[in-house]
Parts: sequence; structure tokens; C-alpha cells
Amino acid sequence: MRVARRLILTGNDATAEAMRQIDPDVVTCFPITPQTELMHKFAEHVADGDVKTEFVLVESEHSAMSAAVGAAAAGARAMTATSANGLALMWEIVYIAASYRLPIVMPVVNRALSGPINIHCDHSDTMGCRDTGWIQLYSENAQEVYDNILQAVRIAEHPDVLLPVMVTFDGFILSHTAEILEGLEDAEARNWIGNYEAKYSLLNTDDPVTFGPLDLQDYYFEHKRQEIEGMWHAPTVIREIGRAYGELSGRPYDLFEAYRLEDAELAVVALGSTCGTTKVVVDELRDQGTKAGLLKIRSFRPFPEAEIAEALGNAKAIGVLDRSVSFGAPGGPVHKEIKAALYGTGREIGIVNYIYGLGGRDMSMDNIKTAFAGLEKVAREGTPDDNIRFLGLRGEGGV
Amino acid sequence: MPGLKQLAEREELMAGGHRACAGCLPMTAMRQILLTAGKDTVSGCSTGCVEVVTTIYPFTAWRNPFIHSAFENSAATMSGVEAAYRSLRRQGRVDKDINFIAMGGDGGTYDIGLQSLSGAMERGHNMLYICYDNEAYMNTGIQRSSGTPKGTATSTTPAGKVIPGKKEFPKPLTEIMIAHRIPYVAQATPGYPKDLSDKVEKALSIEGPGFMNILAPCTRGWRYPMEESMDIARLAVDTCFWPVFEVEHGSLRVTRKPKDKRPVSEWLERQGRFAHLFKDKNRHIIDEIQEETDRNWEWLLKREELSQA
Repeated sequence: MRVARRLILTGNDATAEAMRQIDPDVVTCFPITPQTELMHKFAEHVADGDVKTEFVLVESEHSAMSAAVGAAAAGARAMTATSANGLALMWEIVYIAASYRLPIVMPVVNRALSGPINIHCDHSDTMGCRDTGWIQLYSENAQEVYDNILQAVRIAEHPDVLLPVMVTFDGFILSHTAEILEGLEDAEARNWIGNYEAKYSLLNTDDPVTFGPLDLQDYYFEHKRQEIEGMWHAPTVIREIGRAYGELSGRPYDLFEAYRLEDAELAVVALGSTCGTTKVVVDELRDQGTKAGLLKIRSFRPFPEAEIAEALGNAKAIGVLDRSVSFGAPGGPVHKEIKAALYGTGREIGIVNYIYGLGGRDMSMDNIKTAFAGLEKVAREGTPDDNIRFLGLRGEGGV
Repeated sequence: MPGLKQLAEREELMAGGHRACAGCLPMTAMRQILLTAGKDTVSGCSTGCVEVVTTIYPFTAWRNPFIHSAFENSAATMSGVEAAYRSLRRQGRVDKDINFIAMGGDGGTYDIGLQSLSGAMERGHNMLYICYDNEAYMNTGIQRSSGTPKGTATSTTPAGKVIPGKKEFPKPLTEIMIAHRIPYVAQATPGYPKDLSDKVEKALSIEGPGFMNILAPCTRGWRYPMEESMDIARLAVDTCFWPVFEVEHGSLRVTRKPKDKRPVSEWLERQGRFAHLFKDKNRHIIDEIQEETDRNWEWLLKREELSQA
């Protein structure tokens, strides 16, 4: 019987703990709330000699990602972390990291993008860069944050994938809230992570390579296709690694989690910390005889559309929760993916999009109950005209 | 310090057949830099002429490891490479001495990359940053940068009926880098190759960050016949428009003092970008450039005197 190493950590501290165990060769860092405490904790590990990391304290997030790119191109295991505007500032280089096939792992502590300026949680930051070529793993709680980061390194470095990974978790709600979780022993974690030998390194001066050449009409398209292929391989790799991690830790992971979904008539789709709250609501509704269920997306990129469509197979109404907006689009980013996944399955399922929690607006159990209550009518009557609703909003459109 | 003959005998690390214009002195500078630094050198460059002409896939002119990432982040990118080297060397996973040279044009250095450069220098990475200064955004079509001389006609500061070219004197970038109090700062030009090579050699031998600003004439942007590039580069030094000097641990030394200091107009008149200044109504601008050049030169000599006192 495995004896659990029990820890009480915030999401930020759980990240720092995972990073201590990964012991990256290079970590670059620039402060932004709510990511800061993560880096404070990791800085202590550097100062105490717990890690062999070269800790590069840059002058901006743009340089944080640039230096991570340089470090990874030099064959180092490189990490950085950010939130919101910091992610926006590094945007240009976020794309470059993926297209150079550099397996950088970046925890992103979700925070609303300016403006107006706001330091609290929503998903506008990471949803905005869902098309950058990075794998995106969303986390429900501190345990998942820790587990996802340890898996992310293996996923990113897998030779069939070779793409950077963002592990996202909700600012303050997870980053600043202490939870009980289980950690791997250091030896287990080191063994799990293993050594990393980059196929190409700038430091190999005997076999010189050029990174980042100008790539025009005659080759760019083929190179993008190769990058797409890396992403196509990712679902299999994420699943394999999730299974292997389960064997090691007792906590297996998949691309998404179906919670009481099999016979659910009313299904909510969500990602992030709200999934925890939703599970409690689902349990309550089940106790009252309502067939409620949750589909929790872990891997938003790659998005496992066929599997998700199948898992939602028995639902009569679906409520998709989005903690960000896609201005001018028919619903939020998660909503659009779910609708696209169901297209062509031949099933007419009523779908409603619930935008919620922008700028850190609390998502209470009552809000989620409101969403489920709305779904009962949708199950009877199909997708209504007002299929984009705003949970917890005052005024027009709010429910 | 290797002599020119010795340099010429070394392995050429910048392959011929790249796509630079004939008479491109930034590429002459690259050859001189690489011959000096040798093959155990990781170089990087911001987006710009040098990156474009040397790397069009599936070709590369770099026989040493090279990285290009974006326009404004050459210094930050190389700082990551150098950090990786420090980490891997400490772990015993790399065992040789390697030079790290980040480069950028004046646009990528004076302007969009200034923050990245400042940060990398302040952090003390053991790397050399080289600005190949051709005094405008040449790759995108000769737009003014903050390194463009006063009076220059560029695509965005044309010599018009009302406004005679760029209004401002250039940003004193080399002074800004001296103010960072890094161990080594220098100005050079490929027109004087031995001077340039010696400075690269010295910069790489000194522990910590170094910065070099290299004036590298551009036949297209400056509008002079391509075979005159080296003359134009030397004349910039001989007029004291572009003094070549170094600041080593705070001590300033002018490495070439013209015996016969030529008037700046002799340099300006050979370049089409300044042609409009020779009209009567604009000649006062030439006087202003001469005054500024004299003031800078005198101040440089005074500082040399002070630092050697």
C-alpha cells in the first residue's frame, strides 16, 4: 500500500513544489499578480540550493518567453510562468516557441485581460491564445495543478509531440487557496520526469544548426503542417502519460472527465475551478432526482471533439460555461467547440452558452443551479433564441 | 590579437552565396566578427537584413550555431542561451568554452530591442551584443530609426518641400550602454577591420556583458556606389562623425585619431541620402551636424584624458 505524501499547499505553492521536483535547467520570470507567489516560492528553492536551475529574472514577459526560447533551443529544460497581460505581452514569442517545437512548460495563472484592468480570474488570457500551437491543460484544483505540471513536461518533450504546454489554473480561486493534496516523493518525481536530451542544441558547436530561418511561400506551409501533426499526436500521448501517471500516483488522467454523465439528461460543460463547484451541484440535483452531469475539459488544446461528442451522447440539453468572451462570435470559445463537436452527429441537442465569472465575479452554487434550471426548458423546447446568457450579471441578459 | 593575414587564413564561418546586396557592409562586419570569434560561437540576430539574407530556408549561411527569434528580442533570446549554457556547464553536460554573440540592426537595437538589450546587459550575462548600425530600417525599406542621422532622407522622413529629412540628432546609444557600466563598450566599423576584430576579441575575452556599436554602411539606403562602401565607412571615422573607441571597465580609449580630421561635408556629399542638404536653404543643417560632431569629438577626447589621468 502506497503511503501518500500529504501536503497543504495553495495552487501557486503546488506549482512551485512541482517545479522544485522537475528542477528545470532554466527558469525565466517576471512578476505579475496572481502568478507572483509561485515565483517567490521557487526563488526560495533557488536561494536555498534545492534546485540547480539558472533563474533568469528578466525585465518583461516578452523577454521571459524570449529567454525561455533561447534556453530551450540550447537544449535546456526551460520553464516560465505568467498571467493575463504578461501572457499578452509575450504573445508574439508564444507562437514562436511552438513553431520552433520547443518543449517549454508554462503555468498560467488565469486572470482577466485588461481593460479595464482587473487582477482576478477569468480565462480571457489563455483562451485568447488557444490557437498559438501550445497544448493547454486546465486544472480544477491544486492537486490537478501539481499533477498536470509533472505530466506536462513528459507530454511536451515526447518526440511525437514536441510542443510547449500551458498548465492553467484559476487566479486567486486556486492560486491563493490552500488545499490538501498528495505529492510524489522526490525520487519518484525525478524518475517520472527523467533526463532530457534535445535532438538539436545550439550548444553543439560541432554540429551547428540554424534556428528560426526565414521561411517563405515554398516551405512555411509544410512546416506548419508538421506542427499541426505534433498536435494531432498529442491526444494519444496525453492519454498514455495520464494512464502512466495514474499507475504511479493512483490518480489517472484523461483528456476530459465525465462526472455522472453517462445517463445525464442535463449536462454542463466547463473547465477550471468551477468544475468542483458544479460537481457538488450535480450531486444535489441527482439526490433530487434530476439526471444532471458534468463534462470537465482538461485538454482544451488539443480538443478531443469526437470523444466529447460521444460522452455528451445522452444529454437532452447542454449548458456550456465560458469564463471568457469571443466578441462578435456565436458564443464563447468553449461553446463554439462543443457546438462544432456535435455537428454532424445527427443529434438535435439544445445548447445554451452561459458566460460567467468575468473579472473574478464569483460563481456560486446558486449560479450553477440557475444554469441547470434553464436547461430543463431547453431539454423540452430545444435551443432558444436567447442561447447566450450571462450568469450572475446585473442587468440585461443576466440570469 | 590576430592580424588580418591570420584572420584571412581562418575557416570562413559565413558562407558565400547568401542574398546580401553587393557592397553590404553589415555582412562584411559579420565575416570579420565570425573570423575573430571562431566556430565555438553561438550567434543570434534580430529580424532584419542580416537574418533575412543569411537564412532563407532551406539554406543557411551560418557555419556556427545561429538563432533568430523576433525583432525586439535578440538580446533576451541570447541571454536564455547563455543561461542554459551556465546551467548545463555547471551540471557537467557541456564542457567547452563557447562565445555568445547577439546582434541586431539599429532598428532592432536603438528602438524596438532597447529594453531587451538593457535587461540582458544589466543581468550580467557573459555575452557580447553587437549592433550593426546602418542608420535606418533597411530591411523594411529605409525607414528612419532613432539611430538615423539628422538631415537624412529616408522613406518616412523624405526630403520634402517643407521638411528636409529627419529633424532629430540620433539617440546616443553607445553612451546609453556606457551608462550601464558593463565591462566593455566599443564603437567600430568594418572599414577598419583590425580595429573591429581586436575589439571583438577583447570583448569576448572579458567576463560579463559587452556591447559594440558597429557603423555598417548600406549602399542601397545611403545611396552611394556599392564599391565605395569601405571608403564611406573609413570616412565616417576620419571625419569624426563615427569615432572608434572603447570603454574597458570604465576607462575610455580612442582607438583611432585621424591625423587630418576631414569636414563632415566630405562624408555627407558622397551619399545620396544627404544630397538635399547641399541646397542653399538646407546648408545650415550641415553646419549643425558639423558642430554636433565637433562637440562630441571634443567631449570624447576630454573623457579619454580624464579616464587616463
